Formats: sequence, structure tokens, C-alpha cells
Amino acid sequence: MLPFLSHEEILRYSRHLLIPEVGLEGQKKLKAASVLVIGTGGLGSPVALYLAAAGVGRIGLVDYDVVDFSNLQRQVIHGTSRIGTLKVDSARERMLDLNPDIQVDAYNEPFTSANAMRIAADYDLIIDGTDNFPTRYLTNDVCVLLGKPNIYGSIFRFDGQVSVFYAKEGPCYRCLFPEPPPPGLVPSCAEGGVLGVLPGIIGSLQATEALKLILGIGETLIGRLMLFNALDMTFEFVKLRKNPNCKICGPEPEVTELIDYEAFCGVPGHDHEEGSVGGGWDITATELAQRLQQGNHLRLLDVREPHELEISKLEGAELIPLGQLAARLSELDSAQEMVVFCKAGTRSARALELLVSAGFRKVKNLKGGINSWAREVDRSMPVY
Amino acid sequence: MIKLRMPAPLRTYTNGQAEIDLHGGTVGEAMDDLVEQFPALRPHLFNGKAELRPFVNLFLNDENIKVLRGLDTPLKEGDRLMLIPSIAGG
Repeated sequence: MLPFLSHEEILRYSRHLLIPEVGLEGQKKLKAASVLVIGTGGLGSPVALYLAAAGVGRIGLVDYDVVDFSNLQRQVIHGTSRIGTLKVDSARERMLDLNPDIQVDAYNEPFTSANAMRIAADYDLIIDGTDNFPTRYLTNDVCVLLGKPNIYGSIFRFDGQVSVFYAKEGPCYRCLFPEPPPPGLVPSCAEGGVLGVLPGIIGSLQATEALKLILGIGETLIGRLMLFNALDMTFEFVKLRKNPNCKICGPEPEVTELIDYEAFCGVPGHDHEEGSVGGGWDITATELAQRLQQGNHLRLLDVREPHELEISKLEGAELIPLGQLAARLSELDSAQEMVVFCKAGTRSARALELLVSAGFRKVKNLKGGINSWAREVDRSMPVY
Repeated sequence: MIKLRMPAPLRTYTNGQAEIDLHGGTVGEAMDDLVEQFPALRPHLFNGKAELRPFVNLFLNDENIKVLRGLDTPLKEGDRLMLIPSIAGG
């Protein structure tokens, strides 16, 4: 039986009740529904705000992070006064301010193979607002195994993708992407950046799909992938089909329970930059400063993009963007000691791997990148 | 001539170009033209056996070439190829 709406709720949702496709019954369906939002970042912000405003009765939020200054360019559910507080608490407070008639369940924990089934089992729909490949494969597999729709959204710079992966009725994420890209090939938003409004668009589309699925109206994105580009202002659609060899939703699945997704993808299940290679290949900013002070002849190789030099640069460093490094190895001398760096150490770790595989041995990665130099050595330099 | 849309993460290897004009009677020939124009792309798209790498999704108009005839799929004037990248940002 559908829940009852109070007079106050009827007034609150009046603009919904006027739409014949929603109406009183639809609004009651929204109140009876439960949606789990994985991640309360760029995508999770508009998703959680609009689902709360629309009156979805119970909304779960999964995130383990705290609000950071660099989040606020796009994560509009949070605020400057909330910096340093838990994202799930910050989001929950804002949602309940927007709509006190809903229930918000906060899960202040990373979404992992250990807790994912337990958390997701209790919700009708799952929204993928994560920021990394391991958690995306995990979210997909949980949805396939539990038979729930996965409302997918993903962003990079000016590009966004949206689909509804629902193995009962169409393809899943693995049908389209059977394997993750090799580690390091696809930059994350922390490395490559993202236009602040882009998750607003893509997250709003995810919220739209969630409402349509709950209400049972319209044509959903099951079996279609929407591709958005903000520079060209284009929305394009391609057809997605179920892959008969899909390892999880095919007729003979190999994956019948959750796996180790960080091992599967070869990258960590978060988008925090680690910026180290390990195995003695790293040098800290403080060590580098000491060695330079001692008059060591070190070649400094900056593998960032040219426009990043306007933010910060190291004296005497030469620039070869990572994308050009393979073609410009002849400009380097493997006999000379060299320190490679980028913003936070992720791209330089890739550069170091490339150099080592080309026979370079006297090379180190600046752990934490030029940002750690700004924190440890030169406080007049900005961190970005 | 056909056009190929290059996804943002791979534009580093095409000097920032988003739309690329290609020639070829099949998808495979057009892709050969692409990696001849931009050799740095090759390792990102093809494995050692000249097959598309498994995480590369190439669409001809709105269909995945995997459900057509793969690299042997014939092309006609005005067709549009689109590489759909795995992106994970959120």
C-alpha cells in the first residue's frame, strides 16, 4: 500500500501533483521509494539534492571523505562552513533542510566488497556517483547480483556519460566495458580536471532517470548511452546491447560474487592522488631541496601540461608533457641523474615507469609532486 | 571521407584535435589512417596483433562495431566513427 501524504506535503509537492504523469499516486510512489547514492561528490551533490527535493522517501548516502576546499568548485551540496566535516553529514544536513519529510541514511564508510551487498540490498535503485574504476565495477556487480538498476553517470573535463544499466532488462556496465583501461591511461578528475557545472548536468540527468524509473514513466536510458559534450553543447546517443559473453550478466557468468576490484583495475578505489612509485624510486620534496642545496646536479623534468606552469613551477625544470614523453626520449640523457615531477606525483609515476622501461635508472619520482614542494619547501607557492 | 570523434582523454595524442577526417573502405582501414596520422595513438588503441584493445569501444554511427563486422565493417561516405572512452570521474 502506498503511503499517505499530509496537507503540508501536498502543498510542498504541488508542482508535481499538477503533472498528470506524476500526480498524487506518483508522488506517493516517490515517498515509498528508496535510492542509494554512492558518492556525495560532484555527481552525488545534484542527485541527492534533487531526489530530496522531489520527495524520495528514503535516500542512502555512501562516502567516507571530508569536505575539502577543492571540492566546492562543483560539489554544491556542501559549503565553505562545512570544510573538514564528513561529507555524508554535510550532505544529510542540507537535504533535511531542503526537505525534512524524508529519511536520509548516512554510511560514513568506503563502498567495498565487504559492505556493498549489505548496504545496497535495502534500496530500490542505486546511483553510481563514484570517482574511480574499482568502485564503478563494484557498483555494477552489486546491482547485477542483486537485480537492481544502476543509474550510471561519469565525467571528465567537458565530457559526460549517462546510462541505466539494468541486467534484467538490458546491458550492464561490463557489457560495454568488459575490462578497465590500463592503470594511468585515463586521467581522473583530480589529475585532469573537470568543468564545475558538468557534474551538475550529468547528476541532474541521473536524478531524472531515477525519478522516471520510480514513477514508471517515459523512455529510460536502458540500452542507450548518452554522451554529452559541454564545449560543442551536444547530446549524442548510441545503442548498447547485452554482451552474450558478459562475465557477470551473460548466460554463463564467471563472476558470481564480488571480487577484489582494486586488483581487477590495478588502481586504488579512490581518486586521492597518492603520487608515489615505491620501491626506492621516490624522493620527497624536502630531500630534493637538500640535494639541490648541496649543489647536486639534478635534471628536473616537469611532465605536466604547459598551462599548469602558470600556477607553479620549479626553477630550472624543463617541461615535457607526459603525452609527449615517449616520442621525446632522445632529448634526455640516461647517464644524468633526474627527478621527474607533476602536480601530485601520479603522472610523474607513469613517466618514471616509461623511463625505466626505456632503460633509465638514475631517475626518481617527486613524491606528492610540486604540491608537496609547495607544502614542505616553498610555502609561497600555491597548492592546486 | 568519414569523420571520427576523438574523446577528450585521447586528444593529448592528436594535438588536441576532436574531429578527424579519415579515409578507408572499412573501419579497419579508417583506423589505420588514424594511427598513421597520429602514431602515438597506436598503443592506446591496438594490441600487438593489430586488434582493438578490449577496453576500446568504437561505434559506427550509433552501433558498436563489435555487433557489426568489427574492423571489417564497410564504410560509406558520411559515416561517423566515435571512440567511447572509459571515464570514471564523479
